[in-house]
Amino acid sequence: MSGLPTNYLTPTGREEAWRFTPLKRLNGMHDSATSVIDRISIELVGSVRTGFNIETVSATELPPKSTTEDVIIQRVRATASKVTHLKIDKEAIVSEPIFLKRSAGVEKEFSRTVVTAGAHSKATVVVENEGAGSIGEEIEIRLEAGANLTFISLQEWNENAIHLGRHHAIVGRDANFNSITITVGGSLVRLLPTVEYSDQGGSAELLGLYFATDGQHLEHRVHVEHGIPNGKSRVTYKGILAGAQARTVWIGDVFIRGNAEGTDTYELNKNLLLTDGARADSVPNLEIETGQIVGAGHASTTGRFDDEQLFYLMSRGIPMSEARRLVIRGFFGEIVNKIGIESVEERLMNRIDSQLAKVGGQ
Amino acid sequence: MSQLVIKGLQVGVETDSGMTEILRGVDLTINSGEVHAIMGPNGSGKSTLAYSIAGHPKYTITGGSVTLDGVDVLEMSVDERAKAGLFLAMQYPVEVPGVSVANFLRTAATALRGEAPKVRTWVGEVKEAMSKLAMDPAFSERSVNEGFSGGEKKRHEILQMELLKPKIAILDETDSGLDVDALRIVSEGVNRVKQEQNLGIMLITHYTRILRYIKPDFVHVFAGGKIVEEGGPELAERLEEKGYAQYVKA
Repeated sequence: MSGLPTNYLTPTGREEAWRFTPLKRLNGMHDSATSVIDRISIELVGSVRTGFNIETVSATELPPKSTTEDVIIQRVRATASKVTHLKIDKEAIVSEPIFLKRSAGVEKEFSRTVVTAGAHSKATVVVENEGAGSIGEEIEIRLEAGANLTFISLQEWNENAIHLGRHHAIVGRDANFNSITITVGGSLVRLLPTVEYSDQGGSAELLGLYFATDGQHLEHRVHVEHGIPNGKSRVTYKGILAGAQARTVWIGDVFIRGNAEGTDTYELNKNLLLTDGARADSVPNLEIETGQIVGAGHASTTGRFDDEQLFYLMSRGIPMSEARRLVIRGFFGEIVNKIGIESVEERLMNRIDSQLAKVGGQ
Repeated sequence: MSQLVIKGLQVGVETDSGMTEILRGVDLTINSGEVHAIMGPNGSGKSTLAYSIAGHPKYTITGGSVTLDGVDVLEMSVDERAKAGLFLAMQYPVEVPGVSVANFLRTAATALRGEAPKVRTWVGEVKEAMSKLAMDPAFSERSVNEGFSGGEKKRHEILQMELLKPKIAILDETDSGLDVDALRIVSEGVNRVKQEQNLGIMLITHYTRILRYIKPDFVHVFAGGKIVEEGGPELAERLEEKGYAQYVKA
């Protein structure tokens, strides 16, 4: 019972990485004294496996390639004995999106997934997170040379779910990683969409959208590590908050190391506050250790409705409530429409509409 | 036959140091089918006149009245003014990211007509109006005003005017930032709508250039927040020669 060697890792809330997170609401998952089960929570939807395969292997056979300082993810790695491995064949062009469905059980659980995009392959992977539960998970996404992967993670949890996750991409030579992270559900969601480059010429675009209503805490901690020359990254995250206790956190850490010459990066976070009492924290953080870069920039805005936009729409006869709805749907649509899967786009916009209707859209 | 009547209109804006008066008693009547050019130097209050008639929240009406066919416009919300038949073509049309032109036009038409236009005829109507303004059909899929060039923004304003069929239109410096070709296309659009719908027009401009394409019936010189001289088209020619110096207080 002497927990000293591990106990000291338990965050207290004073750490930079945890200062925004309400630890009390983590259901003890960050605490090494709490037991969490080892369960594979993800499965392939459908039976078609053309151009890819999915299997469960032992964790020792497929250890993580990346390092992490995140306590939850360290616990996930220590606990998970098996790993789900989705492997897209070398040079495969998988035209239909690959859907992975995640459901949590009643107990607190940890799981690991690895996605390998073979050299010069092209595919879209969609992870659909639904239901309730408390889950800690890591997805390591490995893009081999010239691979082109779109990775979409949809957090459509119900209102009780707790989701702590790390989605880490390792971008290989001339590979192209596109990610879309959409969080509209869950009581507490804390995601780490992170990217590193293993070779030159890699490119990553991270798009994100979160919509927090009363009582939700939605946190996204983006980290792009440019440690290799000639990498490119674009980060765009947008959020809407409605309801007195709606809370969002966006961290955008972009590091350009001394050897990462020719880096080209830009990150943007925009938040729209619909009601009083909601709180959006936005912390872009760009650290540059070399001057030999193509470009580096960041921007962050948090504000209310743009009166000029509403005036413009209303001056064409559109009533106030409808004008607001158009602006909000437009705000979301900029990200949602990038998914490119009509059924998913429609489902998300409907969910957003119904959540807006609940909070009155004011 | 419609009539916009502006009487003794006084308008101010709230600033840190209190209310600043901009319009100091404007009187103007515009009937269907008439073109009234409002000309004046920068800062004379021309745009304030346009925006306060449209109901922009920045401006406070401190006196006077505006009626359309006898109905008080100043009591109406912004969208009600559009429904009553007023249209403002803005000098700086606002970007609305993520809202496509097609969706915007259809939503506006639905609001103004009280029911959604029939898909089949509507699509044709939009296409035809766009081609008359030499606009690429791909335009419909772009976000409202986002990344539009100056000329594209102005064409988009006139496109809306053509589709939404107002009774009285206020064109706020629609000529600014247009090259000769764009000016001609936009002007032809305005003339067409005027012809087809017997539109009454308040044409606000700093320059006489646009008046070669859109012939005014009346010219009003605007300075210091009110109309200081009125006349026919010949007044514009005189302004072209002599400028506004004589109207601006030393």
